[in-house]
Amino acid sequence: MHDTSAHAAAHHGPPTSFLSKHVFSLDHKVIGKQYYGLALIAVIVGMVLSWLMRIHLGWTDAKIPGLHLLSANGAPGDVMTPEFYLQLMTMHATIMVFFVLTTAPFAAFGNYFLPIQVGAEDMPFPHFNMMSFWVTFVGFLFLVASFFVGDGPTLGGWTQYAPLSAVGAVGGPGEGMGVVLWAISIAIFCVGQLLGSLNFITTTLDMRTKGMSLWRMPMTVWAWFITSVMGLTAFAVLMPACILLILDHVAGTSFFVPSNLVINDQLQPHSGGSTLLWQHLFWFFGHPEVYIAIVPGMGIVSHVLIPNMRRPMLSHRVLIYSMGALAILSYVVYGHHMFVSGMNPVSSLVFSFPTLIITIPSTIIVLIWLGSLYGAKLQINSASLFALGFVSMFISGGVSGFFLAQPSLDIMLHATYFVVGHFHMVMGVAAMFGIFAGTYFWFPKMYGRMMNETLGKAHFWLSFVGAYCIFMPFHYLGLAGNVRRYQAFVADYMQPFIPVHKFITIAALVTGAAQLLFLYNLVHSRFWGEPAPDNPWKATSLEWSTPTTPPPFDNFGGKLPEVFHDPYQYGIEGSTGDYVMQTSPEKINTVHDEA
Amino acid sequence: MATTIHEPPRIEERSDQHGPASGSGNGGWRNLVPADGNLRHVQEYAPPPSSTGMWVVLAAISMTFAALTSALIVRKGGALDWRHFTLPSILYLNTIVLLASSVTLEIGRRKVAAYMGSLRGSASEAARWLYVTFALGLLFVGGQYLAWRQLNAQGLYLATNPSSSFFYVFTAAHALHVLGGLGGLARLIRKLDRRTLRRSTLDATSRYWHFMDVLWIYLLLLLWVQL
Repeated sequence: MHDTSAHAAAHHGPPTSFLSKHVFSLDHKVIGKQYYGLALIAVIVGMVLSWLMRIHLGWTDAKIPGLHLLSANGAPGDVMTPEFYLQLMTMHATIMVFFVLTTAPFAAFGNYFLPIQVGAEDMPFPHFNMMSFWVTFVGFLFLVASFFVGDGPTLGGWTQYAPLSAVGAVGGPGEGMGVVLWAISIAIFCVGQLLGSLNFITTTLDMRTKGMSLWRMPMTVWAWFITSVMGLTAFAVLMPACILLILDHVAGTSFFVPSNLVINDQLQPHSGGSTLLWQHLFWFFGHPEVYIAIVPGMGIVSHVLIPNMRRPMLSHRVLIYSMGALAILSYVVYGHHMFVSGMNPVSSLVFSFPTLIITIPSTIIVLIWLGSLYGAKLQINSASLFALGFVSMFISGGVSGFFLAQPSLDIMLHATYFVVGHFHMVMGVAAMFGIFAGTYFWFPKMYGRMMNETLGKAHFWLSFVGAYCIFMPFHYLGLAGNVRRYQAFVADYMQPFIPVHKFITIAALVTGAAQLLFLYNLVHSRFWGEPAPDNPWKATSLEWSTPTTPPPFDNFGGKLPEVFHDPYQYGIEGSTGDYVMQTSPEKINTVHDEA
Repeated sequence: MATTIHEPPRIEERSDQHGPASGSGNGGWRNLVPADGNLRHVQEYAPPPSSTGMWVVLAAISMTFAALTSALIVRKGGALDWRHFTLPSILYLNTIVLLASSVTLEIGRRKVAAYMGSLRGSASEAARWLYVTFALGLLFVGGQYLAWRQLNAQGLYLATNPSSSFFYVFTAAHALHVLGGLGGLARLIRKLDRRTLRRSTLDATSRYWHFMDVLWIYLLLLLWVQL
């Protein structure tokens, strides 16, 4: 029997009320924009928290006006306490990793563009999709709520290492209710991302339009698909881990708290728990998570660079295989986060080898980018600049990964600012640049208006130089022995570092302020930007062949497109110019058309 | 009312309206575009998303229980405080109930499928088997609750010992998933009642239910060996 349930997505008609159109929307495009909005709010919160920390690190006794409003106990007289510094650090990291770097490049852009790029009318399970966003939103509320409950948010770091995270209020401010709220928030977040992954995977496998073979899917679709497979397996592990953590708090179990633990002169009523168990569960999620943050960026950057180079990547397939290799290897390298946990040196070696091996697909990806860029007449615009910025950051941050992959070096560097510099560049800033590149590239399709290019370029240069000023010195500090997670540098040998920290703080404030350009550009262009044509970049993939801009609620106006070519037919002689749209039935003479 | 359950008709109309170009998509691993690029050779066939989606869901559930299993093994391996206890005997009865529910569901599924293919049978007879399955599922969850009560009576609570902690976590997580399955069954029965049931929904729901069976057998063996 011919099964047409692949069209389940089209079952929901156009929304009729304000609520069903903008709030509880089933439309993947609205959900994508909602995710983007959530990420925008989260990134502002996360960035302000980082400013507070930076000011404290540069000028430890400085009063930050109004800080007591955020926490009366944490900032008596507007001066940050050491515990409050750690609370801010934890919240900064949690908000950034989960609610910005996972939601924006993956959930936001993926939701909006994955169905369009494969030629589907919507995702197959739109109700799950709607739930995915709202569940994530509730997770965010839980996390932020911990600022206003009891003694504030948890101070245990985004990794929430046991036993500190599992002993309860005796562990310090926020270690009681704060941790419970954190764990609830993350468990809820996991549910949201699992629902999202379910939709992404089924859309990619089952909802492709006629002619859209797997190899004809754009790089972004591949990146989101690979990411959702990682998300499915990683978040399904973090969720039970969070539940066990909550049980240690509220039910008195002993999963993570060892015997005879004395904290603040109090013998803890737990026995036999394994502190390393948490680390294993967490990092089995945690390492794929960093690829969940970066792989969508790789897809976006490739997708943005190609139309600006007017030629395809050196190898479509090798780039995709490499992203797949990253995903698979990401599960077997997680132990490199635990080199200093006291694990058996043999285990360290076992985790070190795949960690070094994972640099191979990363390097292949970078070399394909560089090789494709070499000799290309790259069109310089905000999107392509940020894509180049991504490549630059990924290389600069990735090189330090070679050092950290080796246990003998990592033991020296692990607890220093070297690691802070490494992951901020390779995962944080690079992924942010991917988000920016995607925003400048797709904004015309999402809102039907162009963004201001002058502001965009200024935003790029300030962010690019600023990010290097902030994160490059971290490497030097780390090599010099500057330990991380300290709220002040009182030891004699660390005194010379303080001027560097002041420089970094100033750079962070300036770079942060430069983001106002982006915010202004975003809001201004949304309402008053120049009207965008349907295909401003003369690009070939399906999102540029929608009947209207922005696309109608069913994406293609009731007529699904048919695909005839691979997604990147540039630099050839087509009837429309040097490119041929995927939907164009014309015959072309080219060596790289994917069947 | 026709005796067969049709797919919603307007989708068929859509593809007729717009010719082959707007067809139902060629998606799925099983039918890539042929190498010669002749799209007329593409079969108009796609595996229904509910089928793929169910495999995805089952993969995620497997990962969750795999994580809990590894937690159990790690926690037990390093523990000096691990206390063994005998599993409540009612668990074995529950196992039989759950297995029986799988059998009745499979009978029901075949009857519904035959009815949908308008071969024979009636919807009400098929629905009866689904009701029986639903009742057996409820019975299983009730039985699990009794098992917890038995353990409580022995003084074994969630926090008593890591072994009992894991017992409660595993059985509660599984029971929650079975409750989810009961929700799916209820939806199935309602849809059958309203004649809006799709074959793919029927198959996906029963696959989930059978998986809960397999998962329970695995858990029972795991708990029996470890606890």
